[in-house]
Amino acid sequence: MKSKLIEVENLSVYYGQHQVLRDVSFVIEEGDYVGLVGANGSGKTTLVKAILGLVPVTKGSITYHGSGGVHKGVGYLPQVAVTGNTLFPGEVHEIVAVGLLGKKKFPKRITVDDNKIIDEILRRLDIYHLKHNKIGDLSGGQQQRVLLARAMVSSPRLLILDEPTSALDPKIRTEFFSLIRKINEEEGTSIILVSHDLSSIKKCSSKIMLLDRELLYFGGTEDFNMNVNFVEGIHDHHNEEAVN
Amino acid sequence: MDTMELIKEAMGLAFMQRAMIVGTAIALSSALLGIFLVLKKYSMIGDGLAHVSFATVAIALLLGASPLLVSIPIVTIASIFIMQLNEKAGIHGDAAIGLVSSFSVALGVLISSVAGGFNVDLFSYLFGSILAIKPTDMYLSIILAAIIISLIILFYHDLFAVTHDESFAIVIGIGTKRMNYLIATLTSITIVLGIRVVGTMLISSMIIFPTVTALQVSRSFKSTIIISAIVSIIAVITGVLGSYIFNFPSGASIVMINAFLFIVFLGMKRFIRI
Repeated sequence: MKSKLIEVENLSVYYGQHQVLRDVSFVIEEGDYVGLVGANGSGKTTLVKAILGLVPVTKGSITYHGSGGVHKGVGYLPQVAVTGNTLFPGEVHEIVAVGLLGKKKFPKRITVDDNKIIDEILRRLDIYHLKHNKIGDLSGGQQQRVLLARAMVSSPRLLILDEPTSALDPKIRTEFFSLIRKINEEEGTSIILVSHDLSSIKKCSSKIMLLDRELLYFGGTEDFNMNVNFVEGIHDHHNEEAVN
Repeated sequence: MDTMELIKEAMGLAFMQRAMIVGTAIALSSALLGIFLVLKKYSMIGDGLAHVSFATVAIALLLGASPLLVSIPIVTIASIFIMQLNEKAGIHGDAAIGLVSSFSVALGVLISSVAGGFNVDLFSYLFGSILAIKPTDMYLSIILAAIIISLIILFYHDLFAVTHDESFAIVIGIGTKRMNYLIATLTSITIVLGIRVVGTMLISSMIIFPTVTALQVSRSFKSTIIISAIVSIIAVITGVLGSYIFNFPSGASIVMINAFLFIVFLGMKRFIRI
């Protein structure tokens, strides 16, 4: 039996008076690859931000069972590329090195061994040749890989990827999904992947979590396929709401 | 008398030596802090806090107290208040700075008009006066620069992380609030000490210009820090010397040199990457 990694119990989150998440409960186990889907405004990003401690929990609890706590055990790839400022003076290796700081104590230093780890992850993600490039000079796909390297460099037990492919073209998107699948299978890293792209999620994830402020479905991808009409109904309903 | 002799003469004068030392220390402090403020889109906090210091100098002159002793704590509180307005009240950085800044100028003007009699002193704080720099200013500036350099060396990676991506910094457990308040406090002290050299009207240029100039040619964070510090020191030394030789106001001279260096670096942008 797989051990628990994250346990969420009766989680509710409010932004002011507006309830964004209602009584959400689930358990993510070691090695799970969870595709988190839902329409715009369904609370996907809020849920991952709550797990990461970026938004306060109004009610309920989130327990991380991995060693070292969330700061040391979770890698995070944010929704929007933060390097919109092309003038930001950061070389690729400097950006990736930030991912190692969670495990360091004062005074934090990047050692020779750390640089070897950084080089290794850059090679794995096929961006070693960009090591000394300025982050703002890279394409959207390259920047995404750099931020993925930053999330992965500390060998986290859980990798949370928030809409990682939204800025990528279809070819690079497929490559990206294959890469994440490989990380999950070869290293046993648990994945939570937030996406609008239901068809890609169904192809790669082992579990699906469907959110519409409350948890509508959480289980195996195959079982989810049987309920596909129900899910598409929800998406249509949201699209109508958006149009109206 | 030719220019070299004038420079030699200037360097022999005690007030010019003090101006050079204070100017270099403030140039270094403001350039180093400017990197974090400009990249976090808090460039105008320098301008806002300078306006606060205008009010605090007016209060100090009214009370007959030391402008430094009155200004440092009040300007520091104002910087924390600006950040609180941003965090707690959801008022964006530029609007929060605008509120505090305009209130402070109004307060300074009211105090000076009610009290009268010290408008000449207040004017020297508006545009800077190197003649007014005291030994205390010099010692405090050196200590401040030493503290800022030490903190940047000690917290370099944390500061880099917070400046690049604050959310990610929170996720990996960096005390982002502590870092932001630390930068705001050091900026407040730098501004209060720096207004002696360039004045409240122009001090923000010492925070913004060197960083924006360095960003034109730099590729890494470290090179930005080094280039920005060098540019800032060159601008202050040539500006102060120029003001003595040509009898120009020191603050305006420093800003002009900074503007000139920015244009030069902007032109070099396509050809040089350091």
